[in-house]
Amino acid sequence: MNVLILIFLPLLGALLALVAKNFAKQAALLSSLITLAIAGFLLCCFTPDASTQYLVNYPWITQMGINFKAGIDGISMLMVLLTAGLVPIIILSTFKHKYENAGAFYALVLFMQSGLLLVFTALDGFLFYIGWEAALIPIYFICSLWGGQNRIQVNMKFFIYTIAGSLFMLLGIIYLHLQTPNNSYDIADFYALQLDSQTQSWLFGCFFLAFAIKMPIFPFHTWQPDTYTEAPTAGTMLLSGIMLKMGIYGVIRWLIPVVPLGFQQWGHLAIILSVTGIVYASIIAFTQKDMKRLIAYSSIAHVGLIAAGIFVWNVQGLQGAMIQMLSHGINVVGLFFIADIIISRTQTRELALLGGIAKPAPKLAIAFLIITLGTVALPLTNGFIGEFLLLNGVYQYCIYYAAVAGLTIIFGSVYMLRMYKAIMQGNTNNLTVNFKDISGTEIVTLFIITFLIIVVGVYPQPILHISEAAINHLIATVNAKL
Amino acid sequence: MNTLIVISVLAMVVLYLGLFKAGKSLLPVSVAGLLLALGLAVAEWDVNPAPIYKGMMLFDNFAIAFSVITILGTVLILLLSKNYFEKISEHVAEYYTIILFALAGIVVMVSYHNLSMLFIGVEIMSVSLYILAGIKRRDFASNEAALKYFLMGAFSTGFLLFGITLIYGSAHSFDLEVIKQYVLNNANGGINPMFYTGLSLMLVGLCFKIGAAPFHFWTPDVYEGSPTLITAFMSTVVKTAGFAAFLRLFITCFAPLADFWLPTLIVITALTLFIGNITALYQSSFKRMLAYSSISHAGYMLFAIIGLGTAAINAVLVYATAYTIASIIAFAVLILVKKQTGTDNYEGFNGLAKKNPFVAFALTIAMLSLAGIPLTAGFIGKFFMFSSAVAQYQIWLVVIAIINAIIGVFYYFRVIVAMYFKEGKNLILATPLQFRFVLAVSAILTIVFGLYPSLIAGLF
Repeated sequence: MNVLILIFLPLLGALLALVAKNFAKQAALLSSLITLAIAGFLLCCFTPDASTQYLVNYPWITQMGINFKAGIDGISMLMVLLTAGLVPIIILSTFKHKYENAGAFYALVLFMQSGLLLVFTALDGFLFYIGWEAALIPIYFICSLWGGQNRIQVNMKFFIYTIAGSLFMLLGIIYLHLQTPNNSYDIADFYALQLDSQTQSWLFGCFFLAFAIKMPIFPFHTWQPDTYTEAPTAGTMLLSGIMLKMGIYGVIRWLIPVVPLGFQQWGHLAIILSVTGIVYASIIAFTQKDMKRLIAYSSIAHVGLIAAGIFVWNVQGLQGAMIQMLSHGINVVGLFFIADIIISRTQTRELALLGGIAKPAPKLAIAFLIITLGTVALPLTNGFIGEFLLLNGVYQYCIYYAAVAGLTIIFGSVYMLRMYKAIMQGNTNNLTVNFKDISGTEIVTLFIITFLIIVVGVYPQPILHISEAAINHLIATVNAKL
Repeated sequence: MNTLIVISVLAMVVLYLGLFKAGKSLLPVSVAGLLLALGLAVAEWDVNPAPIYKGMMLFDNFAIAFSVITILGTVLILLLSKNYFEKISEHVAEYYTIILFALAGIVVMVSYHNLSMLFIGVEIMSVSLYILAGIKRRDFASNEAALKYFLMGAFSTGFLLFGITLIYGSAHSFDLEVIKQYVLNNANGGINPMFYTGLSLMLVGLCFKIGAAPFHFWTPDVYEGSPTLITAFMSTVVKTAGFAAFLRLFITCFAPLADFWLPTLIVITALTLFIGNITALYQSSFKRMLAYSSISHAGYMLFAIIGLGTAAINAVLVYATAYTIASIIAFAVLILVKKQTGTDNYEGFNGLAKKNPFVAFALTIAMLSLAGIPLTAGFIGKFFMFSSAVAQYQIWLVVIAIINAIIGVFYYFRVIVAMYFKEGKNLILATPLQFRFVLAVSAILTIVFGLYPSLIAGLF
């Protein structure tokens, strides 16, 4: 059993979905569930120490020293679980939609899953880059083909932004490769490099650009709200639930350990940008009238905190980031799903036009409430433990940053609860009076999401345990080089 | 060597077939002959590294690899020619013959070991192309293209020839080996200034031939005015040959003098990239966009000459292959669209994907490859080019190339956007079997080389 099956199974699923025509969504769901089962199996056999397990290493482009090297350690394991767990939920959430050319849609979703899994398991710089782009191409087509009105310009902007960042990262990867003594792209060789601080600085810039655009960190976020708003809901979920974690994961695995001296010089600026982003995005979220845009900005705020937690580079910050990546993935997928349910029934995203939905739809109201509370980090929900650890980490670095970053919890409650109130409470109007409550697959999906929110919130220890050793090891490696 | 003979004889045979009105057999005979030539070329792999004909030609692996690419490209393009020339004139055989003669010139260009052979190869190829550009005799644009190409070509040949003469004047030989020895023996200051002048003039002449800025002015008009099939031939096979000739000369003879010509070449490369990409951005005609994009691709390929060394040969080989097959798809679809809509603007592609999923998919792969998106051969090509430039610590040049690659995404994606995301007239393209074959083969090759480039990158 190795990681290859995990990476390539979704591709088979994609082919199946293409062939299955009328049963495309069932085929896609089946494929994603099998992937989840394999991920679960890998988890069961996983020893949570600092080692890399399920390793594969095949020669690929031998002239260039490129190998197909992939494996899973504690950090990757959580990301794999996130990807394998969210994709079935996302596919399930689309069951009530009728997509034109559904086979292609689900094939692209699964293709993307494959790319994401590759990113999270790759241990070779070139392979990482390939996965990075392989995840981008399908989401571009998903958003452009099934998206809203302005999809063409918006997605072009998104695509150009991300490809610009990643090309600079490619430059950095090639440069690092040429510095390795044995001409390889292996991450272990990258870690072993001893470059001078000036070189590391610009390399830091190359990688940071790619990751900051992907997350996105302020001021590289301008593509994000438009793209989230115009994308079909499944696309938004993929982008916000999983894809932005590529950037965070990239920082943990490929940025800070590879160029620690560069990080030492520029990490401070990165924290300032992250913290600025939290406040900035929160304030904009206050003023949003559009439900999807509000969630999009809230996502920027939450990611800002995760980024800050990583750049302070201590155990609490990183562990908090790991668990918050999972939580944020679950919560944001839940939020966008609820937004999708409401939009598809009322045909509007305007908060002002909605209200009182809790009365005709009590089940939806409960689910929405739990997800909202998870997002605002109420204790005993999944958001709490992550934000607590993150703030703890930032506090250790600098108390003032922690104070500013802590605003995210207050701001978050304000705009999230305001949104909840505007949509669910108050009086019903013409648009919402006949609102049909959730049923069928919607109940299943929301049940899974809310269940996860509570379980992770009440008992996060097993999850923290998976990544703990790997995080400690990584921090020790970097600190030894500083 | 046999390859060259077979191609030349084949050209005559095809001419005679035309004489006997065997119109239907022209294409099969040409393709079969070319495949024979291809087989003979492959058979010589690793066999005969010594120069032949008193040092005139050298069929080393370099020559064979580039012969194979150019022959394959020609075969694919010829397959697209079914019923193409017939519409232009009754004398179809001549066209096949001229293309084959051009190919013979190309084989000489990639396997010369003597500057006089370089010149002869370039001329055989160019003269054939002047004719081909003008085969639409009653079409104003075609005539203009032919005349422009002829004048500019003759001009650039002058530079090339003058350069060769000056180099002969200082090294006392046309032979690459002797010139190389001359450079090596006199590397520390003893080289005749005349030699440097000759080198510069040759650089200019070759840049003309590959369409690098600022010597690119002829390319857009010639590419746009020529019949699309000929444009496909010129921008793929001919360009590859130009680079092979360029690379062979600079790797063999001028590498030790890199300090002298490298700065110039870097400026040329940067200019070529910017001019090609930025102008391509503003085109409304797909064909003209491809013309400018071919300028920008020349810019990327120049990276290899900056990189030098065997890695550079690999890089050019991969890049040229990727670029050739992707461009052939683009031109093939353009021919189909133009036949049905009468326009070669982007609007002609609107909504194409609805009724022609296969054609649209193939063109999408081609555009992704030209834009250099991973999982396609084009990305591997760019990756190799960037690697060879970073290896020379030309970081800024790579940054420039990255900016240009980003610009490139804009205009290559325009056609994808038109095909998939815009509403069109729902027209169904009549796609003959050969077209399907060429599109399928090229698309599959693009993906295969993108996933496993060792197939071609491992040759050197």
